[in-house]
Amino acid sequence: MTAPRDKFGRPVVVVTGMGIMTSLGAGKADNWAKLVAGESGIRTITRFPVEGLKTTMAGTVDFVSVDPFSSTALSERMAELVTQEALEQAGIGAKADFPGPLFLAVAPVEVEWPQRRELGRAVGTQDFNYDDLLRISGGGKYSAYHHRFMFGSVAAHLAETFGTKGSPISLSTACASGATSIQLGVEAIRRGETDAALCVATDGTVNPEALVRFSLLSALSTQNDPPQAASRPFSKNRDGFVMAEGAGALVLESYEAATARGAKILGVIAGCGELTDSFHRTRSSPDGKPIIGCMNKTLADAGMTPDQIDHINAHGTATPENDKMEFNTTSAVFGDLAQKIPVTSNKSMVGHTISAAGAVEAIFSLLTLEHQRIPPTINYETPDPTILFDVVGNKARDARVTAVMSNSFGFGGQNASLILTREPA
Amino acid sequence: MTDTASKPGQTEVWITGIGLATSLGEGLDANWAALQEKRINVDEKGFAPYVVHPLMPVTFDSQIPKKGDQRQMEAWQRIGTYAAGLALDSAGIKGNKDILSKIDMVVAAGGGERDLNVDTGVLTAEAKGANAPGFLNERLMSDLRPTLFLAQLSNLLAGNIAIVHGLGGTSRTFMGEEVAGADAARIALARIASGESDIALVGGSHNGERKDLLVLYEFGDFNLRDKFAPVWARKDHAGFALGSAGAFLVLESKAHAEARGAKPYAKLSSVVADLARRKQPGDMAATLEKLWAKLPKREGKGAIITGATGAEPATSEERGFLKGHADFPVRSTGTMFGHTMETQFPLGIALAALSISRGALFPPNDSTGTEIEMQGAPTQIVVVGAGHWRGEGMALVEAVS
Repeated sequence: MTAPRDKFGRPVVVVTGMGIMTSLGAGKADNWAKLVAGESGIRTITRFPVEGLKTTMAGTVDFVSVDPFSSTALSERMAELVTQEALEQAGIGAKADFPGPLFLAVAPVEVEWPQRRELGRAVGTQDFNYDDLLRISGGGKYSAYHHRFMFGSVAAHLAETFGTKGSPISLSTACASGATSIQLGVEAIRRGETDAALCVATDGTVNPEALVRFSLLSALSTQNDPPQAASRPFSKNRDGFVMAEGAGALVLESYEAATARGAKILGVIAGCGELTDSFHRTRSSPDGKPIIGCMNKTLADAGMTPDQIDHINAHGTATPENDKMEFNTTSAVFGDLAQKIPVTSNKSMVGHTISAAGAVEAIFSLLTLEHQRIPPTINYETPDPTILFDVVGNKARDARVTAVMSNSFGFGGQNASLILTREPA
Repeated sequence: MTDTASKPGQTEVWITGIGLATSLGEGLDANWAALQEKRINVDEKGFAPYVVHPLMPVTFDSQIPKKGDQRQMEAWQRIGTYAAGLALDSAGIKGNKDILSKIDMVVAAGGGERDLNVDTGVLTAEAKGANAPGFLNERLMSDLRPTLFLAQLSNLLAGNIAIVHGLGGTSRTFMGEEVAGADAARIALARIASGESDIALVGGSHNGERKDLLVLYEFGDFNLRDKFAPVWARKDHAGFALGSAGAFLVLESKAHAEARGAKPYAKLSSVVADLARRKQPGDMAATLEKLWAKLPKREGKGAIITGATGAEPATSEERGFLKGHADFPVRSTGTMFGHTMETQFPLGIALAALSISRGALFPPNDSTGTEIEMQGAPTQIVVVGAGHWRGEGMALVEAVS
């Protein structure tokens, strides 16, 4: 019998439902099979013309259709599908009656080019200015676009569909958003505000402007051919991340509530930590202190020491700076263990799902714990000699895994880490 | 279930810092003076036919000393970073590395500030026949400023605050229009009350002088047109006038504040929020009533500060709710400051704390009788925030006993 509270006297928070979607496919079974087989979901973009772009590939989710198309609509639909999967597995609450709050990681919402172009065409003249656009925006013809492009629209849709309680929170901590959504759920349960929380993260923003924005910041890989080989975490010839779409949903519950209703426990969120880097908008502090602090806070939150972590699911974006920084900071925290603990980056196969990545990778970490098998980091042909991680290169590895650290670092100095375990400590 | 209120055994949470940069001015004295004089700064011409409340110009250098930092931000981020600095000053922790290295930040933000020239350039070229498949890509690649993205990202308000003021604790950004401001305060309060956090910077900022935002709200016919009127006098001329403002609060556990000798403006006793379905008339008012009932008992001299927008049907629904609590004098921040979206709720808390600390509610500014005079010092102020489209929040700000 495991104690329902952790060593700090807080309710133990467990996962009882998971749903996932990436460029590899829909659902846990499909994703896991392809992930351990080392398949890539990265392909040449067909959703829109790629002429004039430096990067022409991405991990798009093309098998989900929404009409009319917008990145926000795709994000919403993916979030809905992964939530359905998670709720079916958890078997919690009643239909459209989830007994807890929603924490949603979602990309910032804005009017997109198809809608802007529609407006431009509606002006009906060849020369016009922004005031002309403004003049024709009202009158109810475009009221659906107001509703669609509210920041809170995706969360409100999920809250109404699944009957979550209270005010749903839409959050962004850039590439750490998915981890933050889980952290908010963990905290709400630990505070005793709720027995259950629905944590969802979604990102469907592979569109021309988003791609251009990252491109202008030199963040993206330009190794377009073949697209499957573009994302090369920890490799010497890595040259940036690959944008990708995806979503993940986790049902969190207190251990006590989960066991009381006889739910199957899929894993434990043993620790969460976050620490802000105030050095630069897009770069980490050269001394790595904020990331080191983030990892240490997470270990402390879990009441664990570095030697208890036997796998790291890295942020591993494949940008030249991130991967090096991640090794250096991990070494500072884990010492020699940093070269012995198996490390992998799911982004080598699914790309960087940005706002969803923290949740997507937490789910992959939990599946790693379940299957006792670590998915590979593909495209690991030319290891970076300065990154001395034990990278699980190219082929999945069977391993005894009891505790995984999953890292997420984002623009704006956002750092968040999670520790996931199979059983309550 | 997801409400936060100081429970027995939980720590009291004080408001020890307030930073305001609004259409009425910067700092507490300037805003207070304008409120006393019922002075409203409204522009009916610059964005005609739409009415906006423009930011009273500030010297950004005083809170954002590096020009390089200012250039990396668009207006909404500069306003917020400025107001955040004022809040840290007000709490007496500006430059205090020990505290700033652990302060927790919860920011309510929109984002997406556009380069209008780039947008209209693309659209007019297309109207003139540019239709090559890669036309949009090429124009965006050549015309977008590389750093504009960072000025558009919602979480980069928090990022800029961290960089400019040296904050090194945690940082979370909530989005979702008006109620994001209530949720930011709700989560920060819950974390401090439960001991997860000692001190937090909470708030938001908004640039209302944006045609791209006017387009978004014009889609729903939400913009106030032609002529300004107080929020309660817009029934036949509904809409909100976007406002520019930054409002930040320093929230702190009583013990943490006392240990460093900080004085409170007021205490934040409770923040609650919900999502009414708003399918039928009365749904929103029922949710407001439910939230009202969840707040701790009000036995003192009470008042209400609301962020009612002027948009319909939300404002009429809220007026119905307020009529049921007519013993509470009401003040509308929308009349005085315009509608500052994510910032309206933190602004309401700031004005509640300011009113309590100055021993008077600011005077009414309304021709319809919804706002009445208040005699004496308020000890309990309920902050109400009902979104123009969705989301309802409420907070109780009280005098420290």
